[in-house]
Amino acid sequence: MSAGHDVILKLEEVSKVYAGTVAVKHANFEVRKGAVNVLVGENGAGKSTLMKIIAGVEQPTAGRILLEGEEVSFSSSGDAVNRGIGMVFQELNLFGNMTVAENIFATREITNRFRKIDRKEQERRAGEFLQRLEAGIRPDMLVEDLRIGQQQLVEIAKAVSLDAKILIMDEPTSALSAAEVEILFKVIADLKARGVAIVYISHRLEELIRIGDYITVLRDGRITGQEEMRNVDTQWIVRQMIGSDAKDFAKADGHQPGAEIFRAEEICLPRVTGGLAVDHVSLSLRAGEILGIYGLMGAGRSELFDCIMGRHAHASGNIFVDGKHVRERDTTRRIRRGLALIPEDRQREGLVSILSVASNLTLASLSRFVSLFHIRGGAERRAVTQMVRELAIKVADPAQEVSSLSGGNQQKVVIGKALLTGPKVLLMDEPSRGIDVGAKADVFRTMRKLSRDGLGILFATSDLDEVMALSDRIAVMSNGRLTGMFDRAEATEAAIVAASALGHGPASAHLAPTHLAPAHGAQR
Amino acid sequence: MTDIPARAAPSSASGGSALLTLMKLRTFIALIAVLVFFSIAAPNFLSAANLILMAKHVALNAFLAMGMTFVIITGGIDLSVGSIVGLCGMVAGYLVLNGIDLQIGYTVYFNVVEIILITLAVGIAIGAVNGLLITRLNVAPFIATLGVLYVARGMALLSSDGRTFPNLVGKPDLGTTGFGFLGAGRLLGLPVSIWILIVVALGAAYLARYTPLGRHIFAVGGNERAARISGVRVNMVKMFVYMFSGFCAAIVGLIISSELMASHPATGESFELNAIAAAVLGGTSMSGGRGTIGGTIVGAFVIGILSDGLVMMGVSSFWQMVIKGLVIIVAVVVDQAQRRLQQRVTLMQMAKAG
Repeated sequence: MSAGHDVILKLEEVSKVYAGTVAVKHANFEVRKGAVNVLVGENGAGKSTLMKIIAGVEQPTAGRILLEGEEVSFSSSGDAVNRGIGMVFQELNLFGNMTVAENIFATREITNRFRKIDRKEQERRAGEFLQRLEAGIRPDMLVEDLRIGQQQLVEIAKAVSLDAKILIMDEPTSALSAAEVEILFKVIADLKARGVAIVYISHRLEELIRIGDYITVLRDGRITGQEEMRNVDTQWIVRQMIGSDAKDFAKADGHQPGAEIFRAEEICLPRVTGGLAVDHVSLSLRAGEILGIYGLMGAGRSELFDCIMGRHAHASGNIFVDGKHVRERDTTRRIRRGLALIPEDRQREGLVSILSVASNLTLASLSRFVSLFHIRGGAERRAVTQMVRELAIKVADPAQEVSSLSGGNQQKVVIGKALLTGPKVLLMDEPSRGIDVGAKADVFRTMRKLSRDGLGILFATSDLDEVMALSDRIAVMSNGRLTGMFDRAEATEAAIVAASALGHGPASAHLAPTHLAPAHGAQR
Repeated sequence: MTDIPARAAPSSASGGSALLTLMKLRTFIALIAVLVFFSIAAPNFLSAANLILMAKHVALNAFLAMGMTFVIITGGIDLSVGSIVGLCGMVAGYLVLNGIDLQIGYTVYFNVVEIILITLAVGIAIGAVNGLLITRLNVAPFIATLGVLYVARGMALLSSDGRTFPNLVGKPDLGTTGFGFLGAGRLLGLPVSIWILIVVALGAAYLARYTPLGRHIFAVGGNERAARISGVRVNMVKMFVYMFSGFCAAIVGLIISSELMASHPATGESFELNAIAAAVLGGTSMSGGRGTIGGTIVGAFVIGILSDGLVMMGVSSFWQMVIKGLVIIVAVVVDQAQRRLQQRVTLMQMAKAG
């Protein structure tokens, strides 16, 4: 294989064994200069471990690492940084209590003769990097005041500022909006032109195919495929990843939605900084219907769900379940009225990670198993066993801590918890974020099945394929407002993207020429 | 798909698991160790009279430690319990001696049951103040309860101008006699305070394990946001734990003043530290979400027996403090080691299960 790109880093027969687990098995991996080297694989396939080995965070148990032909061994990430290897970590490694500039130059502070930090110089240099990311982030802002997407950009700026020869990006786009992704891709192209070798990990296949030059697929710690990107297609990647063609989305079964089960009227939520995070949103949902809400980061999807669940005391508007006005304003009683939320951030809002799988599953529905004030253990266990079976949660013993499960199974636990409350309306916020292809398919199948059983499902996503494939109707939000509502039959990607960019400033400007034109066509 | 069906991971007698079991039982092992050590080193240590005396000492700390355990599991801390002990003792003493002067020429005297109920209500009310400060006004638990520590102690001192209420025998014609029963009375050969401890401990352990409220206490400490989204009434849970802590402190205030038949406003100073120590020794995690009532009781016994035993051996009180501190530190170090080992064992079991 290979044209014109020199190999800068080579792993030979590298293995990594953790106490009892082999995370990487005899991996041979080449990283090429001036190219985007893509690495894909399901969760737990060993991608992150492999990258941590390259970045010096972990040391290989066996095998050799050759950097520019010379054998090296990094005992810490500092070593790797000194040899020109930088990494953007999947989990953000930022100090929320410090400014953007301080974060970018953490451990490499620019000081004057007296070892005093030169704040001005740091902020000036940080400003240059941020300028390139066009994110409107000022270097003197506190990181904790930034949106997650912006924080991710800071993390990227930090890695770019290392002036690395090899830059590893572990899911850099997981929290970025479409516009921000475009900017990142421009930065990547720029780095490529300067001869930087980029190692890029992502779950989003379309993204990989677009920017990748070389692709390596990992499965169960083993490299199963290594190709030039132009020779492969999605089917090939998926086959290497899971060993066979995956059917991504469960197909619609054509059942007819029933009567209206949920209605929201004029939901408003003021923003702390002024303006409205949710701006007079009204929508209605029928039993057995899946309504997808598409929108970019910050479009107000999560905030709308929060309002519906009664998480904001100062939200206004009315909601109706089964035609009856829901006057209760707190989450506890809204759950009792048949609403349930599957939050976007599993770790922070979905799970109590130190409790068992069983306790997490029944946390929201304990009252079902209580007589007077006593939890009937038998009833609870039966419900847990049944839910574990129904959702195919892979767990040896429900008494196990939930944190020991994989991401996909954790997500199933969150879904199971919501289902045990016996909801009529399920709100799912990015239900497939950060879980592997197999678990995604399970989640989608579950959504189909629930809708067949007569549940109304509202699900928010920023994945266009997902919203197109799963929804009976598609609502589009932008800047807190509902900017489009399409039946599946009439929806086109172009129209949806156009609606999601309405009311945006400069970010939408460069999307407009490509996407707005067909959108008009679709509306004829 | 290449799924291997998950085999049930047997917790086989591999070295890791055995060590882990040993570490999980560490507080219990420590308890047995101190018992064995002192029964050899201190004469009369194992006599029935001494054991009962020690149990009475331990009971006081155990009450506070139980309340503290719930508070710490929710991720909070209650520094005010020592002061609540002092104030509640003063309330009881005042009511026995003076009753309540209605300002219209009459004074109402209460019988002992009423006095006990009023005192318990005062303890719960101070706990409620803690809870309101923390849930409604968003004051950090450390600060809120530190403030209440001073306020309650000040009120205890004010109630008598710093003097002791002596001789709480009461007057038969006013119906205020019998206050000494709590501290000195016995049922079936055991002191009343031990019986109360058994009842409260069983109740608390039941609450923690078998009621929604107990489950919610752990959920709030494990992840408050997730608990809230799951419909847990987080503020009510927090109110409850501080009120329960106040209730436990009031019991201790009553028992101490009943034992002494006097109430002194400085009673209970630094009791909160002993309570925290017992909870931590019993495996309660200061970061919330983890802890058991049983562990806390055992922890209280280890600390109590340690100090009483050392006294019997004639070790100086200065050395006692050093030893107590070391025991607490070692307990937490072992706790951390156990957690790491636990993770390793879980990993290994997962690896085995495929």
